[in-house]
Amino acid sequence: MRNYNENVQDMRYLTLDKIMDKYRDTTIKIIPVLQETQEIFGYIPEKAIKAIASTLEIPSSEIYGVATFYGQFHLQVRGENIIRVCTGTACHVQGSGRILESIMKTLGLADGVMTTEDLKFTVEPVACLGACGMAPVIMINEDAYGRVSLNDIPEIIARYQEKDGEENA
Amino acid sequence: MHSLNGLRQQFQYTFNESHKRARIVIGLGTCGIAAGAEKVWTAVSNYIETQGLEIAMMATGCVGMCYAEPLMEVHLPGEPRFIYGNLKPENAVAILKRHLQEGSPSPEYIVAQDPRGYEAAANIVKLGDTPFYKEQVKNVLGRCGLIDPDQISHYIACHGYEALEKVLDEMSPIKVIREISNSGLRGRGGGGFPTGRKWEAAYNSPGSKKYVVCNADEGDPGAFMDRSILEGDPHELLEGMAICGYAIGADEGYIYVRAEYPLAIKRLQKAIHDAESVGILGDNILDSGFNFKIHIAAGAGAFVCGEETALMHSIEGKRGMPRMRPPYPAQSGLWDKPTNINNVETYANIPHIIRRGADWFAGMGTGNGKGSKVFALTGKIKRTGLAEVPIGISLRDIVFNIGGGIQNDKGYKAVQIGGPSGGCIPENLLDTPVDYDSLLQLGAMMGSGGLVIMDEDTCMVDVARYFLHFTQDESCGKCAPCREGTMRMLQILEKICDGQGRPEDLDTLESLCRVVQSTSLCGLGQSAPNPVLATLRYFRSEYEAHIYDKKCPAGVCTNLLTYKINAEKCKGCTLCKNVCPVDAIAGERKQPHTIIEDMCIRCGTCISKCTFNAIYKG
Repeated sequence: MRNYNENVQDMRYLTLDKIMDKYRDTTIKIIPVLQETQEIFGYIPEKAIKAIASTLEIPSSEIYGVATFYGQFHLQVRGENIIRVCTGTACHVQGSGRILESIMKTLGLADGVMTTEDLKFTVEPVACLGACGMAPVIMINEDAYGRVSLNDIPEIIARYQEKDGEENA
Repeated sequence: MHSLNGLRQQFQYTFNESHKRARIVIGLGTCGIAAGAEKVWTAVSNYIETQGLEIAMMATGCVGMCYAEPLMEVHLPGEPRFIYGNLKPENAVAILKRHLQEGSPSPEYIVAQDPRGYEAAANIVKLGDTPFYKEQVKNVLGRCGLIDPDQISHYIACHGYEALEKVLDEMSPIKVIREISNSGLRGRGGGGFPTGRKWEAAYNSPGSKKYVVCNADEGDPGAFMDRSILEGDPHELLEGMAICGYAIGADEGYIYVRAEYPLAIKRLQKAIHDAESVGILGDNILDSGFNFKIHIAAGAGAFVCGEETALMHSIEGKRGMPRMRPPYPAQSGLWDKPTNINNVETYANIPHIIRRGADWFAGMGTGNGKGSKVFALTGKIKRTGLAEVPIGISLRDIVFNIGGGIQNDKGYKAVQIGGPSGGCIPENLLDTPVDYDSLLQLGAMMGSGGLVIMDEDTCMVDVARYFLHFTQDESCGKCAPCREGTMRMLQILEKICDGQGRPEDLDTLESLCRVVQSTSLCGLGQSAPNPVLATLRYFRSEYEAHIYDKKCPAGVCTNLLTYKINAEKCKGCTLCKNVCPVDAIAGERKQPHTIIEDMCIRCGTCISKCTFNAIYKG
C-alpha cells in the first residue's frame, strides 16, 4: 500500500486549489470540481469537501448532497485499479452476475467489501457501459474487455497485478 | 455569407484521393476496443512499419457489426474494400500478409466486400447483400465507420455542414421549424414527442437568452446508438444542434454526456474545437451574424438525469432531481430560460432532413412514425450490433433476418424493448410493426431503441426483478410513490424469486404497479412498473410456477433449483466431487455420483466442470 507523507498530501491540496481557481467565476461548479477532485485523490475526502466549501463559498451540506446523489462520486478510499462490472440488461442476461461473483472470489472479497485490503483493486458493479453488443463487459481502469468468460478472469486480473509490480520495480 | 464550398471541394479532393491509395481501416469505437481492436491496430501498424509498406491506417467509429468485432477493412487501389471480422492481433497480421502477397482474401475471416465501383471478387458476399445490412437504411449512421470522426475534413467532404449553410443562407427560423414539423420527426429518446412542435414552443417563448440542450445521458441499459454517433460522427450532432439554435433563437448549447462514455467526451471536445477553428461554431458563424457556442457537461452517474428537468438541474450543478411540469423547458428550462432539449439521435436526424427535404424523410416509416430509427440488438441474439431501419418494420424482421435469430439455436422467449421503462414482447406478437403507437398498445415503448433478446433460458420473473432493482436503485427519492413503491415491488419480486411468494402477492404487485404508474412525479417512476406489468401480462404462468410449484421453469432462480446427476451419463470421474465447495457430492470413483440436496448451495461449479454433461438443473 502507498503511504502518502504530509508533503505529498499538501501537494495534492495545492492541485485542488488550482482547480478551484478555474471554477471560481463560473456558474457550473460543484459537479466538475468534484470530478476533478476525485481524479486527484481517487475518491473525495472529507477534508477536500471542506476546502471546496470554504474556497468556493458553497455550504458543505450542498456539496455533500451532490456528492452522495451521483453514483460516480466516492467518499471512501478506493483501490489503484477500478474494475467496473457492467450489470446492464444485455450483460445481465449473458451472465454478468456470475462474472461479478467470480471477480470477487478471485480477489478474495466478500460481504459487501468492494476494495482489497492492499488497496490494489476496487470492484464496482455499474449500470450499462454501452458496449452491449460485447456483453458481458468489464472495464478495468480505461480498458474495456468484452465477451468475458469465467475462465478469462484470473488472467485478466493478473495483468494488472503484474503491471503494477513492474512499475514499482 | 461566407461559403464552405471552396473548403469542401478541397477536402473532397483529399478524401477521394486517400481512397485511391492502399489503406487499412479499423473501427475504434468502445465496442471494438472491448473486443480487442486496439491490439489489432497495434499489431497491424507495427507490421506495416517494420515491413516499410506504403499503406495508410485510418481509425473510424463503429460500423454497427458488434458481432464480428474486431473488424479490419483492407482497401488496395483498384479493388473492392474487403472487410475481415473476428480478428485477433496474431491472425490479423497473417491475414494481411496473405492478402498482400497472394492477393486473395482468407475466406474463413472475410465478412463481406464492398465493391464501390470496382469489380467485385467472386464468391464473397457484398456488404449490402448480407442479411445484417440488406434491410437497413443508413441515414443517421451513414458516415459511422466510413470517416475518421476526429477529422472535420472528412465530415465536410461527405456533405457535412451543408444543411447548416443552407439554413443560414436561405431559410428563416420559422421555415426551418416548419420543415422539421413537416418531416414528422418524433423524439428518438423515449416519449416520441413531435420535434417540430417542441422547437416551435421554444421559438415562441419570449426572451433573448435561450438554450439548446442535448440529452446524451444514454442511461437505458441495452442501448448504445447515441454513443455510436458521438464516437463515430460527432459533427453530425453539432450540426443538428446549431440548426436548432438558429431556429429557436439560441446562442448557446450544452451536451450532457454520461460519465461512462469517456471516449465520446474526448471526440466531442475535439469536434467542437475543430468546428470553432474553421468558423462553423462560435461568433458570427460563416459571416452570417449567427452566434452559437457548444459546451460539454459530463454527467456523474445517475439514471434519473435522463429525465429532462433532472438533466437541466444536473447541468446547473445541483442534485439531478426532476420537478413538476409545467412549466415545460420550452418556457422555463436551463437557468429558467427557454430551452429546447432533444436527444442525440433526434439532433443527428436534423441535417439530413434539411439537406434532403421533409418529403424524403416522411417517405419512410408509417402513419405515426416517420423516418428511420436505430435499434441496438443485444442479449441472446446471433448478430449483436446497431441496425438502422425504417420505422414500421416488424420485430420478427429485426430479430430473425437482421439479427440472425437466437444464439446457439435456442428457443425465442421475448424481446425487451425500451429498457427499464419498456416491456417485453412474446413470440406471438413478433409481427407487430415497430412504431411508437403499436408498441404502446402492447405495454412496451419505443424508448431509445434498445432491444434485449431473451431465450428460453431467461427467467421472466428474474427479468422483472432485475429492472425493479435497477429503477429502485436509481429512484432519486424525491416523491414517495416511486421511492417507496419501487422498493416494495422489488421486495415482493425478490420473495417470489426466492420461493417465498404467496398467491396474493400477484394482486398486491399489480395494484402497486397502478399506484406507482399514476402518481409518480416523473417518467422514471411512471414507467418503472412497465416491465412487471408486461411480464405479468405475457408470462403469468412463470410467476405462478414460482409461487405454486416453487419452480423456476428457466432454471435461473437459484433457490428454486435442484441440481441432479444423471446416473447413466456419470462416469464417476470425481471431478465434480473435488470442486464442490461444500462437499455435497457423494460417490465412489468409477461409480455414479449423487448430489446431497440439503447440503447443496447451488453454486453451479459442478455443472461447469462436468465433461460428460451428466449434471442438470431440475
